[in-house]
Amino acid sequence: MWLYTDTVTEHFQNPRNVGEIENADGIGDVGSLACGDALRLTLKIDNERIVDAKFKTFGCASAIASSSALTEMIKGMEISEAEKITNEDIANYLGGLPKEKMHCSVMGREALEAAIADYRGLALPTAEGEVVCECFGVTDIEITRAIKESNLRSVEEITNFTKAGGGCGKCADKLVALLRKSVSEGLKIVDPAVKPTRMTTLQKIKKIEEVLDREVRPGLRVDGGDLELIDVDGDLVIVSMRGHCTSCSNSQTTIKQLVEKKLREQVLPTLIVEEDK
Amino acid sequence: MDKVVYMDNNATTRVAPEVLEVMTPYFSELYGNPSSMHTFGGQVGRSIDTAREQVASLLGCDPSEIVFTSCGTESDSTAIFSGLRANPDKRHVVSSRVEHPAVKNLCENLPARTSTSYRTTMLKVSGDGLIDFDEYLEALNDDTAIVSIMWANNETGVVYPIPEMAKAAKERGIMFHTDAVQAVGKIPINLNQLDIDFLSMSGHKLHAPKGVGILYVRRGTPFAPFMAGGHQEHGRRAGTENVASIVGLGKACELAAQKMAEENSRVKALRDKLENGLLSRIPRSILNGNKEQRLPNTSNISFEFVEGEAILLHMNRYNICASSGSACTSGSLEPSHVLRAMGVPFTAAHGSIRFSLSVYNTEEEVDFVLDKMPAIIAELRELSPFWPGA
Repeated sequence: MWLYTDTVTEHFQNPRNVGEIENADGIGDVGSLACGDALRLTLKIDNERIVDAKFKTFGCASAIASSSALTEMIKGMEISEAEKITNEDIANYLGGLPKEKMHCSVMGREALEAAIADYRGLALPTAEGEVVCECFGVTDIEITRAIKESNLRSVEEITNFTKAGGGCGKCADKLVALLRKSVSEGLKIVDPAVKPTRMTTLQKIKKIEEVLDREVRPGLRVDGGDLELIDVDGDLVIVSMRGHCTSCSNSQTTIKQLVEKKLREQVLPTLIVEEDK
Repeated sequence: MDKVVYMDNNATTRVAPEVLEVMTPYFSELYGNPSSMHTFGGQVGRSIDTAREQVASLLGCDPSEIVFTSCGTESDSTAIFSGLRANPDKRHVVSSRVEHPAVKNLCENLPARTSTSYRTTMLKVSGDGLIDFDEYLEALNDDTAIVSIMWANNETGVVYPIPEMAKAAKERGIMFHTDAVQAVGKIPINLNQLDIDFLSMSGHKLHAPKGVGILYVRRGTPFAPFMAGGHQEHGRRAGTENVASIVGLGKACELAAQKMAEENSRVKALRDKLENGLLSRIPRSILNGNKEQRLPNTSNISFEFVEGEAILLHMNRYNICASSGSACTSGSLEPSHVLRAMGVPFTAAHGSIRFSLSVYNTEEEVDFVLDKMPAIIAELRELSPFWPGA
């Protein structure tokens, strides 16, 4: 049985914004019956702002919850802001998803992109790539993007995020090649960012607080929880859980898989996050 | 309804109270090792003999033909590897596409597991899950070392003509194994009158605990132990016996013999009521598997345009337990290999639910499920972009 967060369960049991907007300004259709999940997102757009969003989803609990969360996130948002939403944002809004279910959040982001592209009358760039996974029709562009955005490091992780390789498995070699290519390119890009490892403690605290405010706290607050930065000692970051998070059995997972991951990506790759006991 | 409505008995069953009762002393005062010389241990050994007789009685064989193992999977592997070793010059195995992973994954990976180039024929099944008997006969040849076909399918409940298949193998000098994990206790079995060389069964599918199984090895059938070690089970299965579970399995077999008539009458009637009720109350619902050649307790139904995990989680809110052949429930991304082998379309395979009953189910529970399911399916269909409307 999957361990879903209370937010996922709540959105699954009481999905928001179900339905289809008539005469929608943007329609995003992704997935298929064969794939086991599919999402139709319809948007009402007024003056470059999403004034309404509705969805219909065929899929498991996390697919339904991801769709519901997405519509809640984007309603009232400027399109330019909505374009910045990543699958990780959707997963974070839900307090996290099991790793095997991350593709549900990717489906949400893809539907949003498709709907915006439809509104603008543009073709989707990801659809133009070469299909690598025949079973699920995943292109090299989609896979490379997922590798870079979610910092994927194995074929298994690629499958969890994009479904590629989850069918017959014949494309595994191609996935490894894409992984190698992305990682080698990625290192070149990451290098300059890694170099200024000498940050003052004050700089670190400021940067950590920024990332926590932007990437972590909004998701926790949905669940009635919060997180406080207690201390920064070298690479050791001490945090304390607040509100509902203090009694949550998943708090350790949240700290390691959400907080530490975000801080390593956006502040310093060497940081270690521990809970204040 | 606060209590659990358990309709997932092909996954596992509750331990019968009578079984638990006979097991308990072996966790406390009767802790001796059956291999010991003293009376204290020896009495434990005698209780294993009794269990062996109870199992043999249910299967219609001699107690000496029963080997206790840890599970159905161990029994399957032991049987198939034994068959291959007994026929070192033969390089062909016949099985089916709807086998349990314990057999399927082994048969499909024999070259890697044995460092020998085996050829495997995985027999096709029809739309309702049956194997074509002529195709089966055609698959058998001089090079075939062993056949392994399940007696009843765990997902659909479809029953295969094992007595006839075993006879055809025997006539051609081919060894025959059957995974009877789902069949034992539901279908009368009399091994003395059949041509089966190996039969696997598992305790936890018939109200004994998890962690114990048996392998029937026909007298005179060449046998090679799976593990090296001590002399237990007359040198056929090394390792100190799981005494409490073996005693429990013996008792469970005795109970199964007593309750087989009830399985095929009362439980079957409950299953039929559930199945007919769901199919008539819920539009676009389809029965998977042959309706006639089927276990009395199993019903596999597809609800088109909705996904199995979502259905199960809504059922879970009412404490109704069942299984799905959907991709999402397993962590794999493809729906059940059994339904795919049957050619069930994807519109239906992802929304398949397996209900499997036992003698502990009641009519009240069936009515409860019939009351809840239509709204669950309707609610999810409202969400589905594929639902064309009733």
